[in-house]
Amino acid sequence: MSFYETFRHFADSYALVAMLILFVGLCAWPFRPGSKKRNHHAATMIFKGQDDGE
Amino acid sequence: MHAEAALGRIGLWFIIMLAAIASAVAAADAGFAAHATIIAIVAFAMIWMSASRFDPMGKAQGFFKMPDGPSRYDDDVIRWGVIATMFWGIAGLLAGVFIAAQLAFPQLNFEPYLNFGRVRPLHTSAVIFAFGGNALLATSFYVVQRTCRTQLAFPGLARFVFWGYQLFIVLAATGYLLGITQSREYAEPEWYVDLWLTIVWVAYFIVFVGTLAKRKEPHIYVANWFYLAFIVTIAMLHIVNNLAMPVSLLGAKSYSAFAGVQDALTQWWYGHNAVGFFLTAGFLAMMYYFVPKQAERPVYSYRLSIIHFWSLIFLYIWAGPHHLHYTALPDWAQTLGMVFSVMLWMPSWGGMINGLMTLNGAWDKVRTDPIIRMMVMALAFYGMSTFEGPMLSIKSVNSLSHYTDWTIGHVHSGALGWNGMITFACVYFLVPRLWKRGRMYSLRMINWHFWLATLGIVFYASSMWVSGIMQGLMWREYGPNGYLVWSFADSVAAMFPMYVMRMAGGLMYLSGALIMTYNIWMTLAGKQREEAPLRDAAYDPQADRPIVQPRPEAVPAE
Repeated sequence: MSFYETFRHFADSYALVAMLILFVGLCAWPFRPGSKKRNHHAATMIFKGQDDGE
Repeated sequence: MHAEAALGRIGLWFIIMLAAIASAVAAADAGFAAHATIIAIVAFAMIWMSASRFDPMGKAQGFFKMPDGPSRYDDDVIRWGVIATMFWGIAGLLAGVFIAAQLAFPQLNFEPYLNFGRVRPLHTSAVIFAFGGNALLATSFYVVQRTCRTQLAFPGLARFVFWGYQLFIVLAATGYLLGITQSREYAEPEWYVDLWLTIVWVAYFIVFVGTLAKRKEPHIYVANWFYLAFIVTIAMLHIVNNLAMPVSLLGAKSYSAFAGVQDALTQWWYGHNAVGFFLTAGFLAMMYYFVPKQAERPVYSYRLSIIHFWSLIFLYIWAGPHHLHYTALPDWAQTLGMVFSVMLWMPSWGGMINGLMTLNGAWDKVRTDPIIRMMVMALAFYGMSTFEGPMLSIKSVNSLSHYTDWTIGHVHSGALGWNGMITFACVYFLVPRLWKRGRMYSLRMINWHFWLATLGIVFYASSMWVSGIMQGLMWREYGPNGYLVWSFADSVAAMFPMYVMRMAGGLMYLSGALIMTYNIWMTLAGKQREEAPLRDAAYDPQADRPIVQPRPEAVPAE
């Protein structure tokens, strides 16, 4: 098999599965236990500073 | 500045100026010579400025004002960026109206510098990279400082990023008019300008990541994720797409490293992801900071913002092949591009829903706050064009729409509606804060701007829908004998009324932007227009009285 063939077979097998797992993991990350409070904190953090334009 | 340092700087700029003059003299073509002359002029200006900055007391802050101390945000670059955004915005919109007029009235093609082929890339680059790019530069520096609660890292480098980027824009724009192009859509500048942009962009990355690294907040707010994705991906796209071999060291011409269909795919891998990461990720970053700030409510769902961030990142990069349907590109690659484009609909609408629902419980602000109204309209157009895009990428739809004005209409409902409107809203948010004014000069003018822009887009998009579908249908119509019914010129002639309508829409959009310029100008001048508020509860002083007549006698029931 040529280098190209080896490479593309790797890309559409192991690499594809690895990317999918990584993607699902990243999407599941904000749903991990205890993340609700952290998300709320992160979302409201932009209102803490009273220093607009300083 | 001390004498030795000033002398050293002057010497350095002098050498650069001499090198530029030498390049101009020895250049292989006139365009390269013109660009070398521009560099020489810039170097001369730098000599001048270095010399006038020389202050024996060593106290002057000079032209490139540095921040006073760590207790204030470093906003000078942002102020320049906002002004540059407006300046290039007007220039780009004007170029757009001009080429729209050229399409309707071909007599307006002034050869050779102002023909359609040269002004069109000037228009696209001016609105995307000059207007949009400066808006992204300014807002990213604003947002990253506020959300990290720290001053910009490497203030000198940040100033270099701003001025270096302006030089890139000037070189690109003059190059187009002089006929210098490598003919890659949205990446027309030649190899030496590309190299310069790479240097500027790496500096931008260093400033942004440096600021993230010294943040005082533990969490990196989601807007910064989008900005970082935009900066990193654009660097990657820019470098790969512009791999080329110059013909000579002192000439403008170069040849791409790729050939044939690979070259076409590289080009559209770049082109579509320029839309995805420049015009989408970067502007979503603006949305995620400025919409919650203006609505004074946190983003609807922080979880959704993270999910749609990763979905956008993972899906967008594959969608490029849909620009090459029914070409020499292998069928499987076309189908891949189509499938990923259709999937892309969901993360796009995730962003739109997240932005719109941020207003949940505060929808009244759409009535009373023209800036919020602009943001809502921007998100609505974002949603509309990210539905239209996946639909156009379906091969059977594309067989009708490809190469027609429908594509142009689609691009403009995204660019004018989403990118333009959200940028205008952010600039309206920023100007009073950056220049310490209570409010904009006039809120009613923002309202005028909103309606002119909206109406302009409606004119633009609807005329292009009609003209695009008409074109597509005329091109594919066969007579009973199997011959095409229409020649190409027939379809061009049939589009004239739509072209005039498109130009009218563009003019409305431009006049809205001119009103904005006046509004900002007056705000910077420190004036506030006396005007009635946009909406108030009804009040009738005549009716606001106690009843003085005695109560009427009770009338018995019949």
